[in-house]
Amino acid sequence: MGQLIPLDSFGVTEHDVLAALGRVKVRNVDYADLYFESCISESVSMEESLVKRATKSISQGVGVRATAGEKTGFAYSDDLTRHDLELAADTARYIANSAGGAQAVPVPVHSRPARDLYPVSHAQADVATADRVMLLNRIDAEARRYDPRIKNVMASFNTEYKIVMVATSEGTMIGDVQPLSRLQVTCIAEDAGNRQIGSFGGGGRVGFEYYSEEDRYLHYAREAARIAILNLSAVDAPAGVMPVVLGGGWPGILLHEAIGHGLEADFNRKKTSAFSNLLGKRVASDVCTIVDDGTLPRRRGSLNMDDEGTPTTRTMLIEKGILRGYITDKLNARLMGIPLTGNGRRESYQSIVLPRMTNTFMLAGESNPDDIIKSVSKGLYAVSFGGGQVDITNGKFVFSASEAYLIEGGKVTKPVKGATLIGSGPDILTKVSMVGHDLKLDEGIGTCGKEGQSVPVGVGLPTIRIDEITVGGTQTG
Amino acid sequence: MELTGKTGRSAQPASGHLAQVASDVLALAKKHGATEADVVVADGENLSVQIRLGSVDRLTKAREKRLGLRIFAGKRSASSSTSDFSPESLQRFVSETCTLAKAVVEDPVSGLPDAAHMATEQPDLDLYDDTRLDTERQIELAKRAEAAALATDQRITNSEGADFDSSWGRVVLGNSHGFVGDYRSSSYSLAVSPVAVDPVSGNMQRDAWYDVRRKFHKLDAPEAIGIEAAKRTVRRLGARKVGTKRVPVVFDQETAGGLLGNLCSAVSGYALYKGASFLGGQLGKRLAPDWFTVYDDGRMIGGLGSRPFDGEGLPTRKNTIVDKGVLTSYLLDTYSGKKLGLPSTGNASRSVGESPTVGPTNFYLTPGTRSPEDIIRNIKDGLYVTELIGFGINMVTGDYSRGAGGFWIENGELAYPVEEITIAGNLKHMFRDIEVIGSDLVFRGRIASPTVKIAEMMVAGN
Repeated sequence: MGQLIPLDSFGVTEHDVLAALGRVKVRNVDYADLYFESCISESVSMEESLVKRATKSISQGVGVRATAGEKTGFAYSDDLTRHDLELAADTARYIANSAGGAQAVPVPVHSRPARDLYPVSHAQADVATADRVMLLNRIDAEARRYDPRIKNVMASFNTEYKIVMVATSEGTMIGDVQPLSRLQVTCIAEDAGNRQIGSFGGGGRVGFEYYSEEDRYLHYAREAARIAILNLSAVDAPAGVMPVVLGGGWPGILLHEAIGHGLEADFNRKKTSAFSNLLGKRVASDVCTIVDDGTLPRRRGSLNMDDEGTPTTRTMLIEKGILRGYITDKLNARLMGIPLTGNGRRESYQSIVLPRMTNTFMLAGESNPDDIIKSVSKGLYAVSFGGGQVDITNGKFVFSASEAYLIEGGKVTKPVKGATLIGSGPDILTKVSMVGHDLKLDEGIGTCGKEGQSVPVGVGLPTIRIDEITVGGTQTG
Repeated sequence: MELTGKTGRSAQPASGHLAQVASDVLALAKKHGATEADVVVADGENLSVQIRLGSVDRLTKAREKRLGLRIFAGKRSASSSTSDFSPESLQRFVSETCTLAKAVVEDPVSGLPDAAHMATEQPDLDLYDDTRLDTERQIELAKRAEAAALATDQRITNSEGADFDSSWGRVVLGNSHGFVGDYRSSSYSLAVSPVAVDPVSGNMQRDAWYDVRRKFHKLDAPEAIGIEAAKRTVRRLGARKVGTKRVPVVFDQETAGGLLGNLCSAVSGYALYKGASFLGGQLGKRLAPDWFTVYDDGRMIGGLGSRPFDGEGLPTRKNTIVDKGVLTSYLLDTYSGKKLGLPSTGNASRSVGESPTVGPTNFYLTPGTRSPEDIIRNIKDGLYVTELIGFGINMVTGDYSRGAGGFWIENGELAYPVEEITIAGNLKHMFRDIEVIGSDLVFRGRIASPTVKIAEMMVAGN
C-alpha cells in the first residue's frame, strides 16, 4: 500500500478542504477537485570535468477545478490559506453560471493508494549532494577512458520528490509520494575537425542506489561515448521510401507518436483525431498488440494513482491490429460514456488535467530479431531516436534517429546520421509485418509535451519490421 | 518605470514589496556566508479562456509569485527557487542554497558581472498595458474569432478552439553590488485552431493562426485572426506526398522564423564554449550571402523580447549578429562570454531558479524587397514550406532533416498542398544557399523572419 498523506503537510485542515469543495461544487457543477502539491526538485550538472552547477527548486500550491458538461473552470494559487482556497473556488465555479454559496458535499474519506510501485523512502531520495558529485565525476572519467576522441562530457542528475493530495466532490481524498530521477550523459567526439554528439541516460521512480546497481551509470557513460564515436564514421542518410527495422526499447516512441496521442480521449471526444470513430476497426497488422500500462514497478511513466486519484491500469489500445480503447481521464470518460483508465495527468498544480499516456508499448511477437534484419535486402535499421512529434488531426508523425545503420543484403552495415522517419499514424502499423520476441522497455528518459505541459512517460518495443516508410535523408539512390 | 537605487521605492507599493523581499534575501545570503549573490523576484497574474464550438471550454485564472536566488561562495555557486515568501521559509531556503553551493567545485570564471557594467538607466520600452480584460470580454473576443473561422468555409466543421490569454507581470532583479532594477510587462494573445474535413475523402486537416502583443489595442481584430486561421486550414485539404528530389525550397514567415531560431541556438555562448554548435570558431567568417543581416535588439519599443536590463542586470542593446553575411557577434552572458574570452552582449536570460543562460531578445532577419508572391513566381518546380514538425536538427554538425508540409510550386504558382514529406540538408549550407529574402517581416514572437528562399534542398516523399 502507498502512504497516507496527512493534510497538514500542506498546512490546511479538513475543514478548509471541505469548505472549499462545498463552495466550488455549486448546483450545475458535475465534479470538482482540489489538487495539493508540494515538490522539491534538484539538479547537479557537470561539464569540462567540473561539477559546477547545482540547483534546487521548492514549490507548493493548490489547483481548484470544476467541470460542468464539457466546461472546465480552473484556478490555482501558491498560497494555501483558507482565503486563497475560497478565491480559487469562486473562479473555478464561474463556468457553471450558478449562484454561489456553500453546498453540502460528502465528507472526504481519507485513503491511501492500494499499490506502492515505487517504495523510495525520503532518506533515499534525499542523497547528499557530494554523492551525486562523485557519480558525475566517475561518469566523466569513464566516458573519456572509452576513447581519447571524446573531447567533452556533459552529465546531469535530476531528482524530483513530489507529494500530492487530491480531494474530490465525490467524497474521496487520496495522496501519493512520487519520486522521480534521471541521469543523462552527453559526449562530444572530435576527429580531424569532424565533431559528433552522442547521448544516453536512464532513470525512473527510483532511489539513488538504482544508478549503481549493475554499474548502470558507467553503462550510460560508455553508451554516450560509443554513439558519439560511432557517428564520426556515419554516412549521410538515404532519402525515400524503404523498409525500416526498429530496434527494441526507446524506438517505441513510434507508438507514442503514431498512435498513442491519437488515442487520447479528449481528441476523440472532440473528433479532431485521425483515430476518431475507429473503435473496433483495424488500424494495425494482426501481429501488433499495444497497451498503455501505468502499473509497472519503478518505471518513469508509472503512477500509483493518476492526478485525479484514480488507480492507474493496464489499458488495451490495440489487440491483434484492432483498435480496442482510448486513454481517459474523468471528464472525457464521463462525456464519452467509456471506462475510466486512470490516465488523468497534469504537470503540476498550475496545470489542468488531460488524458495522457503512462508507459506505452507493443507486446512481444514471435519473430527472431536476427531473422527480421535478414529479411531486408536494402533498408534502414534504427536503434535509437531523438524526439518525435505528431499532428493529431491528419495523423502525420515524424521522429529522428540518433543511432541508425544501413541494411544491405540482410546485413547491418554502415552507420548513418541525419535520418528522420515520417509516416501516417492510422496507416503505419498496418505495414508492420514482423514483431520480435525481444520486447524491451526504454531506459526511463521520456518526457511528453502536450498543450505546453510536460509529464514523464515510458515507451517500449520489440524489434519490428515496417515494410515501407519515408526516410528523410539527403542522399538519393 | 525607472531604475531605482539601493533603496526600495514608494511610488509603486507592490514593486516596493518585491524589492524589499529581494533585499532581505540578499542580506540573509550575506549573513550565511555568500560572497556574492543575485536574486530575481517575479509575480504576475493571468486569465485564459478557451472557446470551442461557441461555448466556453476552459477558463483559467491565477496569480503566482516566485523567487530565484543565485549564491556564490567564492568561486562555488548554486541556484534555487521557491514560491514560499514567509520569513521562516526564506531563512531555511537561503541557508540550504549556501550549503548546496559548498557541495560543488570551484569554477574559476564564475561570478557576478563587473559592478561597473550594471545598467544605470532604465528606459521605458513600452512593455506594459494596464488594460484589464474581464472574463466576459475575453470570452466574447475568443467567440468572435472562432465564429469568423467557422463562417469562412463550409468545410470547416470542427474546431480545436479559440484561446484568449492575457497576463501581467513584474520582475525585480537585485544583486550584492547594490543593483536593483524592475520592470512590468503584459501580453495579450488570441489564437484560433479550426479543423476542416475534405468532403470527398473525409480526411481532416487542422491549422491555426494567432497574434500576440504587449498592448491590447495593437492585437489584430478577432475576425481577421479567425479568417486567416480558416484559410490556412482549408488550403491544406487534399494534401498529398510528392516524389523524392532536390528542388528550391521557400520557407514562409513562420517556418523561416524556425530557421532563424536554429541560428539563434547556434550562436548561443553556451553551445559554443561546450563545442556543441556548428558555428564554433566562425566569428568574423562568412555565413551567408551579402543580403543576409541579422539583429538582436533588446531595446525595441513594445517588443515581445524587449527588456531594459538582462537576467544579470546588464543593459540590453541592439547587437548585429550577422552583418551582410558575416557572423559578427554571438549571444553571450557574463559566464559564457568569459569562457570564450569575450564581453557579455547583454543576453543573459533568467528563468527564476535557474542560473542564467543566454537567450534572444528580439532576434530578426532584416527584410528584402520582394513579396512572397514574387519569390514564388520565379520558381518552376519547388516546395513552399508552411509547417515543420519533429526535432531532426543536430546542432553540433548542422545536419537538418525535418517533417514538412506546405505546397508544391509549379511554374510560379502554388499548385497543390503536400504533406508527409521531409526536407533535409545542413544548416551551414542552407544559410550559404539563401537566394532571396522577402519583404514581409512581422513580429509575432521574439524571433522573426520574412519569407526566405533556399536554392536547393533534398525533399523526400514517395
